[in-house]
Amino acid sequence: MSAPATNLVTINVDGRDYQVPAGLNLIDALELFGLEIPHYCYHPKLTVAGNCRMCLVETGMPMRDRATNQIIIEPDGRMKIGWGPKPAVACTTNCSGGLHVRTNTPVVKDCREGVMEFLLVNHPLDCPICDQAGECKLQEFATDYGRGYSRFVEEKNVKPKRTRLGPRVMLDDERCILCSRCVRFCDEIVKDPVLGFIDRGSYSTLTCYPGRELDNNYSLNTVDICPVGALTSTDFRFKMRVWFLKPAPSICTESSVGVNTEVWSREGKIYRITPRDNNAVNDCWMSDSGRELYKIVESPLRIDFFAVDNGKCTADKALTRATELLKAGGVGYIGSAQSSLEEQFLLWQLVKAELGPVSFVSHPGKGDGLLISNDATPNLRGAFLTGLLKELPKANIDDLRRKVESGAIKTLFVVHEDLAALGFSEDLLRRTQVIYLGTHANPTSDHAHVVLPGQMVFEKTGSFVNQQWRMQRFFQAVPGPTGTAPDIQVLSQLIARVTGSAATTASPDSIWQLLAANIAPLSGWSWESLGMQGRVLNASAWAHIPFPEGKSRHFDPAAVTAVKAG
Amino acid sequence: MPATERRIIYRHIDEPGYTIDLACYQRHGGYEVLRKAIARKPEELTQEVKDSGLKGRGGAGFPTGVKWGFLDRKSGKPVYLICNADESEPGTYKDRQIIYKDPHQLIEGTVLSAYAIQAKLAFIYIRGEMFGGFTILERAIEEARAANFVGNNILGSGYSVDIIVHRGAGCYICGEETGLIESLEGKRAYPRIKPPYFPAVLGLYNCPTIVNNVETLCQVKHVVDMGGKEFAKIGVPGDSGTHIWGISGHVAKPGYYEIESGKATVRDLLYDFGGGPPAGRTIKAVIPGGVSMKILRMGEKFKVKLPDGSAGEWGVLDIPLDSGSFAQCGTSLGTSGMIFMDDTTDMVEALANLNAFYAHESCGQCTPCREGSLWLKKITARVCDGGGRMEDIDLVKTIADQVAGRTICAHGEAVAWPCQSNVPKFRDEWEAKIRAQIHAREHPEGAAATARTGLRLV
Repeated sequence: MSAPATNLVTINVDGRDYQVPAGLNLIDALELFGLEIPHYCYHPKLTVAGNCRMCLVETGMPMRDRATNQIIIEPDGRMKIGWGPKPAVACTTNCSGGLHVRTNTPVVKDCREGVMEFLLVNHPLDCPICDQAGECKLQEFATDYGRGYSRFVEEKNVKPKRTRLGPRVMLDDERCILCSRCVRFCDEIVKDPVLGFIDRGSYSTLTCYPGRELDNNYSLNTVDICPVGALTSTDFRFKMRVWFLKPAPSICTESSVGVNTEVWSREGKIYRITPRDNNAVNDCWMSDSGRELYKIVESPLRIDFFAVDNGKCTADKALTRATELLKAGGVGYIGSAQSSLEEQFLLWQLVKAELGPVSFVSHPGKGDGLLISNDATPNLRGAFLTGLLKELPKANIDDLRRKVESGAIKTLFVVHEDLAALGFSEDLLRRTQVIYLGTHANPTSDHAHVVLPGQMVFEKTGSFVNQQWRMQRFFQAVPGPTGTAPDIQVLSQLIARVTGSAATTASPDSIWQLLAANIAPLSGWSWESLGMQGRVLNASAWAHIPFPEGKSRHFDPAAVTAVKAG
Repeated sequence: MPATERRIIYRHIDEPGYTIDLACYQRHGGYEVLRKAIARKPEELTQEVKDSGLKGRGGAGFPTGVKWGFLDRKSGKPVYLICNADESEPGTYKDRQIIYKDPHQLIEGTVLSAYAIQAKLAFIYIRGEMFGGFTILERAIEEARAANFVGNNILGSGYSVDIIVHRGAGCYICGEETGLIESLEGKRAYPRIKPPYFPAVLGLYNCPTIVNNVETLCQVKHVVDMGGKEFAKIGVPGDSGTHIWGISGHVAKPGYYEIESGKATVRDLLYDFGGGPPAGRTIKAVIPGGVSMKILRMGEKFKVKLPDGSAGEWGVLDIPLDSGSFAQCGTSLGTSGMIFMDDTTDMVEALANLNAFYAHESCGQCTPCREGSLWLKKITARVCDGGGRMEDIDLVKTIADQVAGRTICAHGEAVAWPCQSNVPKFRDEWEAKIRAQIHAREHPEGAAATARTGLRLV
């Protein structure tokens, strides 16, 4: 929670004073101190609904003498507090000086037990088959604040168990507690108000507007914010119990927004990607399309072998052959904005060892103003930072191609890109000596003299620079396929061979020592210093570059030049 | 001497020859109060209302002048007046008479009040089922507009206000003022959270809004006519003016009676106006006003402070008909629709009926009311169907306790109060009924003997 440190007020919770920012929501304020007020409908990024009533607490303010307007002091020296006649919901309570809150009284306990009991009377209690089990607020708060037994002997309401709200979201009406988070999310964040309630009372039902579907590219966020198992992802549904999954912090490679994510895996297999909170980048949201990026991890096109002249071989043989080709001169490089900063830096070291022109290919995206930008790569700015790029890449590499056609360039070191898609004819491809570093097979890898297998973002550790010039780290979630090695290992071994120096085991940490020493804006930085929320660097050196991004949720291109070093 | 009516609001209602058209209303002095008042300053009129001590007639009894005083004038936003004509409380039918039989009185009261608070636009939100009332109001407003009592530059005063009649869609919660406002905005009638959505600050379209009951707005006309201080002399201190009592249930002459506040008792209402219980029966219980108010059981005694300051004791029939007296007896006169129940009434069935109503009308927005109301309905229905358990008695009471005071709007209290009052006060009936059911379940051969005796309500 990033709260302004200015204008602090003192509130009293259960007899203890806390300094909190004035006006802050009480639930958020107490969270700053690790104190939990249980809640379902409240969400810090959405408007307040106040409908679940789980956050009821007792509130009061110091009483003032009507005549003098002075705060009345009791004989024991404490302020006399005028407690409200009824419990109040914490989610509509904003912190003001003197606010007194009681969260541990019999009344509050009874309120919480009562609400928990009510929420469960018509709940199907089908946790054994519910995907939410393990990360369900009903389970958690029933344990923490419920009575632990049921007094309900009537027949429960029966509602539809599988209503398709959209292509990616399934609704189990019986589990829905009508908190309206999903409704508010669609209204307020995506501005696609397709969800609403019909019918009344306990028979109320979440539904889509007639003739519409919940099919916007952010629909799966409703699954994330659903505090219960009512909304589930059609993709993840029934696939894996969440307690078997382990999350790894990652960064979405869908666009230069750099959405913070968590990649959930078990035994080397990824099951889902969810957003990770970063209030400066993506808040707690991410696109549906970004969540599907892991699906090509297990593609049949995956390159999981080193190869020379289309024959599988050892890493040593492939690297030796690549070294030969590079040292023969006449080399051109095609880098990638999909590569991490560390990989780009190593590529630049390689270029400096065996000089040749460097090209990049632009990958324009369709920005949506929210969390997808006009640049469909995660790390174009990294290429500027490392020195690989001096100006924005074009959609083609015709200049480079002409040099290949003329024979000025004999060998191409290609990272990820496909030359066939860039105007290289079959004949030209055959005539070019290609060293291909990539994760998936394409016509270029098919024709390559040397194939070096790469790893996907989920399989390695590194950092990207997003559109805000925010340096963000991603961590390995699953091991790469057998036969692959981290790109930084491959590149550093290649550099060692080309330069004739001793090979070392590259790690982000070791590369960062070089980065800090060689790149001015990163002077004094270290791998660890990036933290989990990223770090904005001084990008004034590139202020003149007309990057393609427009406005998005936490990005305004006009404001970037004003951003100072983080 | 039997108690008598004092008809102010209902003065012409049911009068032979009195019709709903403008000409008739004007023959009886209609719009003369407006004509005089619109020449005065708005602040003078609001002061009259404050002086009158008039309490709202929509059920909560909040002082009208105080409510008007809450209007946020600093925001610079337009002010709206809404007449709450969504009369839906079971046992209440006082506003309907005004709308159907004297619509111009409501229109005059509305325009007067709109002028007093300087409203930009006035709405009458009428219950959807009152389609006749809707057409009557539409026609009457058309007449009033043609005669320049409504619309632009009313009577040359420079003040303009129009009245829009809006029909609800048959939902009890639309009578809750913030639910009404949501509904009027075209949304689902989910009551709003207070704070911050106090209508006088953030009402219709988030502008300062006053929501007043039909009868309240009519009372305003008479406040302005008489002058606030003079009006305050009617009735008793703390509750000025008259109340229109709608009597229903087990009485010989159900109907509506306008009685000066505090000048008659429940006994007068039952015998002098209502004609007493049906022959051979005795009254067992009374719900004072609108079914959500707490029930009173005959034989209850209340320790009270009499008007002269001395301590006294009242039985149910002794309670004077004013808001303060009912408050002293732990209940409220609400919308003054009194329901009498005689000794043939099965109190469990009576509560089951109310629970069914409130469960049906709960909007479903907040948890305690949504789940509590349906649960209570299910329990009481089961007890009525012969499946009662002794623990159900306390269960009903404790569920109600978990609802009251913890909801977004007062529907939570409406759900809880009947249970919280019925169960402890008629515990003996509950126990007897359930004991008989348990006996019947254990001795199925004698089941016929425990067949339902009371009037079947659910």
